[in-house]
Amino acid sequence: MHALLGENGAGKSTLMNVVYGLTSPDAGEIVFDGRPVAINRPTDAIRLGIGMVHQHFMLIPPLTVAENVILGHETARSGMLDLAEARVEVSELARRHRLEVDPAARAMDLAVGIQQRVEILKALYRGARLLILDEPTSVLTPPEAARLFDVVRNLTAQGTAVIFITHKLGEVMVIADRITVMRRGQVVADTTPAESGPSELARLMVGRPVLLRVDKKPARPGEALLRVEGLSVDDDRHQPAVQGVDLQVRAGEIVGLAGVEGNGQEELVEAIVGLRSLRAGRVLLGTREVTRLGTKGTLHAGVSFIPADRHRMGAILELPVADNLVLSDYDRPPFARGILRRFQAIWQYALNAIKAFDIRTEGPGQALGSLSGGNQQKVVVARELSTDPRVLIASQPTRGVDVGSIEFIHRQIVARRDKGLAVLLVSSELDEVLSLADRVAVIYGGRIVGVLEGDAVERERIGLMMAGAA
Amino acid sequence: MTGLAGLLRNRRLRDAVLLPAISLVCGFAVASIAVVLSGANPIDAFGALLQGAFTNRNALEETLIATIPYIFLGLGVAVGFRGGLFNIGAEGQFYLGAVFGVFVGVSLHGLPGILHIPIALLAGMLGGFLWASIAGVLKARFGAHEVITTIMLNYVAFLLTDYLINNKGPLADKHATAPKTPFIDSTAQLPILVPGTRLHMGLILALLAVPLVWFLLSRTTIGFRIRAVGLNATAARAAGISVGWTMVTVMGISGALAGLAGADEVLGVSHFMPPSFSVGYGFDAIAVALLARSNPWAILPSAFLFGAMRSGAGFMQLVTGVSADLISIVQATVIIFVAAPLLVRWIFRLRDVPEAPVHIAEAGGLASAASGAAPAASLEETAT
Repeated sequence: MHALLGENGAGKSTLMNVVYGLTSPDAGEIVFDGRPVAINRPTDAIRLGIGMVHQHFMLIPPLTVAENVILGHETARSGMLDLAEARVEVSELARRHRLEVDPAARAMDLAVGIQQRVEILKALYRGARLLILDEPTSVLTPPEAARLFDVVRNLTAQGTAVIFITHKLGEVMVIADRITVMRRGQVVADTTPAESGPSELARLMVGRPVLLRVDKKPARPGEALLRVEGLSVDDDRHQPAVQGVDLQVRAGEIVGLAGVEGNGQEELVEAIVGLRSLRAGRVLLGTREVTRLGTKGTLHAGVSFIPADRHRMGAILELPVADNLVLSDYDRPPFARGILRRFQAIWQYALNAIKAFDIRTEGPGQALGSLSGGNQQKVVVARELSTDPRVLIASQPTRGVDVGSIEFIHRQIVARRDKGLAVLLVSSELDEVLSLADRVAVIYGGRIVGVLEGDAVERERIGLMMAGAA
Repeated sequence: MTGLAGLLRNRRLRDAVLLPAISLVCGFAVASIAVVLSGANPIDAFGALLQGAFTNRNALEETLIATIPYIFLGLGVAVGFRGGLFNIGAEGQFYLGAVFGVFVGVSLHGLPGILHIPIALLAGMLGGFLWASIAGVLKARFGAHEVITTIMLNYVAFLLTDYLINNKGPLADKHATAPKTPFIDSTAQLPILVPGTRLHMGLILALLAVPLVWFLLSRTTIGFRIRAVGLNATAARAAGISVGWTMVTVMGISGALAGLAGADEVLGVSHFMPPSFSVGYGFDAIAVALLARSNPWAILPSAFLFGAMRSGAGFMQLVTGVSADLISIVQATVIIFVAAPLLVRWIFRLRDVPEAPVHIAEAGGLASAASGAAPAASLEETAT
């Protein structure tokens, strides 16, 4: 069990993509089973006995587990697909590796954790002796992750080698036999959990000592600024995604909304900022109802929004940094007079924001897409905090961001909280919620299943609630 | 050393100049094959094309006359691309512009030209604007894809025009034997620029339209909104920009420019409207905009090139017997190569231009190929 540890963008996935034949190397060689091998495409890797489970699953939803597993390696009898035989083979394989799944179930009906098992089965069915798992726990609840670790232990006990790509220190300490740490495309350490503790590993990942917890004073909350009452929202397929959610965020506090992705968080925040129509309920800003103001109206009323998906929703990568900084205020003074844009004001404002938020860029004219992920996110955060909002809705504000930038963004959010900002922090990273939030609301299946405060905020308890078990 | 190698190193120049140039060369290469297959000599054919476009008597003027509608229409299609919309309906909007223009031209009398001409041109813009807005509203309100709706609206426009100018139609010339509208009043006719030719004032208007569209796109809040929606509608919406309204605006501006082309053609060249008024200007304009990578300034050379091909083709057919439709092969090949820059890069082994396939793959086809071009170039420029 070999963990490949590093920050986002350290080159972990790229390295593994080379091993799996998805990316071709510029130089160097791969040695497998003691022999140098040429891997130009995934089929080469599969033939050698290398399997990979990607972060985003590649299952065909309407097909059954057995069909998905054998896809591309179908057992045929005189040209006809023999599904009964396939089902038996898949069950046998699943039993041997203690990967309990129903081979007749359809992929679309399975929980995420089970889908992942199907992916692992797929690799094993193709004869994988080396299994690469790319950030396998990012979509799992803590209990699901624990079960995955059991599966992995069982696999290694039976002689399969496993490479586990992750940026989570906790996981590495629990399951790794050996650890390779990468930073900026280079291997910086080869070690074991016994030799290096969490803080040592963090230092290796980042290249300098890191505060693992955010320094913050106890919150001194004021009156309720954001109130969500009886909110129900449908998802894109017109299925109920949020059902009767009540939520309050007071001035000067950070409320963390914890939950596994896909439990209604996205729909909830989109409804609050007017991007999604709601089926029932209302949203109030102070005493003012903003339910039907639309996005522009809600933003202008004093709500700021950091969307979860920076590339899709948070920013426009092709536009310069300066344009992204004024994306929601491009048509208001001082950035416009009538229909004319005022480039001098925009430029000056951008220069100030770049300085205040420590954005590493060549200048306001640089295209956002050529910045690092962390600096792109700082641009989004700068834009949303510069308007002096009363409420900040931050959805996964540090996803895909390097540790240094995470620290910076967290400090900014806490500093604004201390000045009276009401923050709703949506995050699927439990660590982020635990270190930032003053209160924690847990969402499961579109409902708030509990709000914890003070000493009641315990990792295990929240983990169980996220899984719908408490 | 600084020649071709220098050009290759400057990525922005390379994307803006070299790739379109290569596409053109490929277009003529493929067309040459067709010429050979038809039993003629490509050098003779293209020689005649050049002669017919530039050196014959009045050839340059005729090329410029054909360039005028290409400029307006190319700008219109380009505005659509920048806003993320693929306006295939420029041809229909061109017809509606011509209908509105001819109506003002034949029904208002006694106005001085200084009023009559602007009113007729504005009417043409209104016609194109209204026609394109139908597609814009359908897209914004119901999500109907603009490619489908504008194609369909083209047919409606052709048939509507046929009805209007046919024997008993409301715009028909009652005294003519063939279906056509009456001639517009002389006060509505655009003045001739060069005596002894047909070259009219429309050229000046077209040359003015280019900086205006550039200004609109890059200096105004409306243009910013259009570009933001074109590049990433989801992010624009999250920032409070009304994507629906912007789409209607984009289609409206695009259609108004196409309508202006139609009215200008009536007022400047034909002075009446026959059936099958256009000869595919609106469709060629898609190629004009693609070749210009939706950059307003680049529309000028691109439109001039297409104008030259159109005006030279007839002479080529006359002299060498090669069908004038040959230029369609050139145009089609150019579109394929412009829309598939990866193909050009692969053929000519141009290295280290990453990311481009993402633009095309992600946001759907030609629109993003065209609108992604300019920003991608500036992005690469700053990266070096």
